[in-house]
Amino acid sequence: MSQVQPAPAKPEPVRAKELASRITSKFPEVKTDWMKERRLKVTATVATMKDVCLFVRDELGFDHISTVSGVDWIAKNEFEVVYFINSLSKPGLEDFVIGVAERVPRDNPVVPTLIEVWSGAEYDERETHEMFGINFQGHPNQGHLLLPEDWNDLPPLRKDYNSPGR
Amino acid sequence: MSGLTIQSEYSPDSDRIMAVSFGPQHPGAGHFRIKLWLDGDYLVRSEPDPGYVHRGEEKMGEYRNYTQNVPHLERPVILDSSNILFPYALGVDELMNNNVPPRAQYLRVIMAECNRIISHMYFLGIMGIFTGHSTMIEWGMGDRDFWIDLASRIGGARVTFAYIIPGGVRNDMPEGLAEKGLKTCDWFEKRIDEYDRIFFKNPIFVERTEGVGVLSTEDAVKLGAVGTVLRASGVKRDVRKDEPYSAYPDFDFDIPVLKSGDSWARCYVAVEEMRQSVKIIRQAFKQIPPGPVRLKLGPQPRVPAGEVYSRTEAARGEMSYHIVADGTPRPYRLKIGTPSFKNLAVLPHLLKNCHVADIPVIYWSGNYWPVEADR
Repeated sequence: MSQVQPAPAKPEPVRAKELASRITSKFPEVKTDWMKERRLKVTATVATMKDVCLFVRDELGFDHISTVSGVDWIAKNEFEVVYFINSLSKPGLEDFVIGVAERVPRDNPVVPTLIEVWSGAEYDERETHEMFGINFQGHPNQGHLLLPEDWNDLPPLRKDYNSPGR
Repeated sequence: MSGLTIQSEYSPDSDRIMAVSFGPQHPGAGHFRIKLWLDGDYLVRSEPDPGYVHRGEEKMGEYRNYTQNVPHLERPVILDSSNILFPYALGVDELMNNNVPPRAQYLRVIMAECNRIISHMYFLGIMGIFTGHSTMIEWGMGDRDFWIDLASRIGGARVTFAYIIPGGVRNDMPEGLAEKGLKTCDWFEKRIDEYDRIFFKNPIFVERTEGVGVLSTEDAVKLGAVGTVLRASGVKRDVRKDEPYSAYPDFDFDIPVLKSGDSWARCYVAVEEMRQSVKIIRQAFKQIPPGPVRLKLGPQPRVPAGEVYSRTEAARGEMSYHIVADGTPRPYRLKIGTPSFKNLAVLPHLLKNCHVADIPVIYWSGNYWPVEADR
């Protein structure tokens, strides 16, 4: 195995910085989690989540939902819901994905649904509800999607659920 | 099973409306059910019911280290196995700051494009069955095997290659394979033209698919459609061009787009994509640089804490991974965003007010793969 070159230095995240400053100037409570050349992740509060997402869609041009991901931060007693959004209409942002996150306490995980912002989020939210037990208020159908209909254990992607045999 | 309630699915409030299941035992639907509410021959409402092949891939990913995750992650879509591993490898490479050797980048592209053709041929073959055109399944499955032969010479297995791994690819391709690959490209390019005549310009096929299940550009964007479904509705977006990864910037290829958004367009866009894939594979075989094909990461790679969102263009559309690493040998969270799941919201939208006979055509033209959606 011959020696390979070290990875080149990462370019400055110019666009991410600009987008982050546009969001935080409108919503000062929004925290910037990380910035990369083609990625940005921000965390909004549950109360302002919908307004931030409407701003991201209408003012910044992120109109196409990519994925909704949940993370169980059990040590901090929090759930995180991240909406990954890309843009199909805005030139110059073809390669950019923005992650808008919110954190809720594990004992009362209630967040507003964002179907009105991106209708494509319906099944992603339903899956996140099923896998983490997060309640998306206003969602038309939070029935079982992927799990068997007689599932009566903890939502399986929670960290305190252990797969059988583990 | 305890606790399972069997509910009557006949609508209580109307004797006109009848509820029927399409699948999960339907020979074409695969392990997937659509609940249909019918008024005579017309569909009033439909509700997709996935989950029959849910395997808990994401939970499994949290129990295995970054190398052990490779073989099981390709199981959801074995006919497109390289493309589901591609974004995983890119994501882990980004977290570890790996500089993947150029030869490995080329081999990744060759396998990803071979898999795209293998997957599209399967899709079009089954589409033949759904439209009553049995020649297409025979041609499609037969010609697909030439690409499986080529890919198995590189990947070593018939469909589940576990070839694209963090740090590069599993092994180099055998000597002299480029000539064989170029011959396959030459033959296949001529062969695609024959499909045009017997299948896509065939009046019977056109009658069954043209104007059936039309998805407008606005709806495609709003519902979050990806891949062939999005491009058949006139949106020219492809991660390979939008966010060029791996060796894709080195190749000259186009993104085929069709405007009509009907079932015919969703099929034909796949044919045009195969033409472009052949073009990429030919360039890759000709330009592939010498050198190593993988980094020595060891059986348990040390991945520093971090978070990454990586995406590639798989055969069905944008495949993405959200990986949260906490510095331990295993991922803290591994979210797989598959194109079939992203296209799920499109299905009930397209099935509104259609004829029962059009359901299989609309369903399969979305290139939906139940196992990929369920993970």
